[in-house]
Amino acid sequence: MNESHSIKPHLTREHLLGLLHGMIRVRRFEEKCAELYQQEKIRGFMHLYIGEEAIAAGVMQALAPADAVVTTYREHGHALARGVSIDAVMAEMYGKAEGCSHGRGGSMHLFDAATRFYGGNAIVGGGLPLAVGLALAEKMQQRDGIAACFFGEGAVAEGEFHECLNMAELWRLPVLFICENNLYAMGTRLERSESQPDIHIKAQSYNVPAEVVDGMDVVAVEAATRRVCAAIRGGGGPALLECRTYRFRAHSMFDPQLYRDRAEIEDWKHRDPIDRLASWMRETGVLHDTDVTAIEAQVDAEITRAVGFAESGRWEPVAELARDVYAGEGAP
Amino acid sequence: MTDNVREITYRDAVREAIREALRADPNVFLMGEDVGRYGGCYAVTKGLLDEFGPERIRDTPLSESAFVGAGIGAALGGMRPIVEIMTVNFSLLALDQIVNNAATIRHMSGGQFQVPVVIRMATGAGRQLAAQHSHSLEGWYAHIPGLKVITPATLEDARFMLVAALADPNPVLIFEHVMLYNRSGVLSSDGPVDICSAVVRRPGKDVTLVTYGGTLFKTLDAAESLAKDGVEAEVIDLRVLRPLDADAVLASVRKTRRAVIVDEGWRSGSVSAEISARIMEGAFWELDAPVGRVCSAEVPIPYPHHLEEAALPQPEAIIAAAKATLGG
Repeated sequence: MNESHSIKPHLTREHLLGLLHGMIRVRRFEEKCAELYQQEKIRGFMHLYIGEEAIAAGVMQALAPADAVVTTYREHGHALARGVSIDAVMAEMYGKAEGCSHGRGGSMHLFDAATRFYGGNAIVGGGLPLAVGLALAEKMQQRDGIAACFFGEGAVAEGEFHECLNMAELWRLPVLFICENNLYAMGTRLERSESQPDIHIKAQSYNVPAEVVDGMDVVAVEAATRRVCAAIRGGGGPALLECRTYRFRAHSMFDPQLYRDRAEIEDWKHRDPIDRLASWMRETGVLHDTDVTAIEAQVDAEITRAVGFAESGRWEPVAELARDVYAGEGAP
Repeated sequence: MTDNVREITYRDAVREAIREALRADPNVFLMGEDVGRYGGCYAVTKGLLDEFGPERIRDTPLSESAFVGAGIGAALGGMRPIVEIMTVNFSLLALDQIVNNAATIRHMSGGQFQVPVVIRMATGAGRQLAAQHSHSLEGWYAHIPGLKVITPATLEDARFMLVAALADPNPVLIFEHVMLYNRSGVLSSDGPVDICSAVVRRPGKDVTLVTYGGTLFKTLDAAESLAKDGVEAEVIDLRVLRPLDADAVLASVRKTRRAVIVDEGWRSGSVSAEISARIMEGAFWELDAPVGRVCSAEVPIPYPHHLEEAALPQPEAIIAAAKATLGG
């Protein structure tokens, strides 16, 4: 059996260090992106994943290379955790031709065929139908992959959420719906937009098995994902995980955060998924101070290299502007 | 093949095309509202469920965005889906998936992913279905880079354009005019046909009549009448609205020096407007008269027969517009 198909996480020191490394790597990457944004190296809309790292890091543990991933415009963390080249992701932030989407997509549209990463979708809810279709293709071709679909709690207000949960269950498709509930759809708090703010209850109304997970606890996320993925792979149809989380930073780089209190942000920062795993590992004696130092040094070196890669990348020639609008057309 | 010796309808031709595609490739499947047990809103898919089963003739919930998006996702996953939407008006519920996903993913992913989905839908007026079932919005889709938009008008195109659409690695939208489904005749060829060029349906030297889809036969009727009055009209069937075969239009206009565009879409911001602009850009100095247009009246299509007919392009108006270019 593939390691990713195992029902329970193996909480060895090595595995826990891997989770910690994965989260620190995303955190540091995002911090670097914020810095590069200030320097105007990165432009456009950019949405940081800081605070939510445990979800991508935990979920990806349970996915196999043959699975498909569909995600949102807050997807740097998903891409890195999925194994998309960090160099290519950073080059994409810059819009360079070496980027994972050839520079065409930018921060909100990371794509990577090698890891079956079907994109950051910047229309809220727009990725869900794609995931249903990818799962349908798996089923019709008798492959055993699943389609994992990340979306925020804001997507729950979209018709596509309801249409897709219904259709995925009706057709018993292998879709893992992962709702990253960070409480705010841009500036609109969940209770201000949903008559029923318990998202897993909505899923259950479509007969889709659903559970709530502490999205600040990477081990809990991994354990829940392994459990539901085993059921999905066993032919149980779709499932939904509602991961309760919080973004520590603004919605995007243009958000003065008038809609939430500093106290609330500080309160959630006490639940920081990285600190939380590190504290727990320290308490159980599997984490040494030198481990964190080593991880940080390694991650910093990797990110420095990625920035160098992006800096030295090339701008796509304007002559190639029309390439890939249609198959085989527009090449100079 | 036997098709070319028996009389069939446009509806039969589309069904035969779908059946052939399903037989030829196990990755082809059809999904949409009531395509299975009901047999299709316009009876196009009648009988296919019995032959191919519910996995490949897939009835969907009334969730246009989900099932059109699922078609796009399935295409990304290696399938060759044919998605049927009952009418173009309903496709507006799936506009996000068609415009934001199907049309963009190849380009936005730097060419890594392709979306070989075929989306068929009925279009057009004439059945007294009023203002939410009768519009001709294919021109909207023709505005979108990344999509191909085809409008089979003849039996041969109804029968053979689908296989070309399925072979195409790009998303292809097929618009079937509701008034064509009952037209019948004998197929004049065994195919294949392309999905990139316009065709001269009637040669002539005096004026070019450019049209597509449901207005092709009205335009041919008009040309027949014009011939009785000594005017030889050349009728061009665009067949494909995107990419547009402007060269075929320009070649004809350079010969006739006059053009009238017949389009069931509304005049403002329409396919007819685009064709007119292309003629201005490419053949202005060769024109002997301003380009004429015959389009639908700028009203939501009404229910009563006489008002619906008054709203649509009719042969009399086409004849008058053609004669106007000749100073008549």
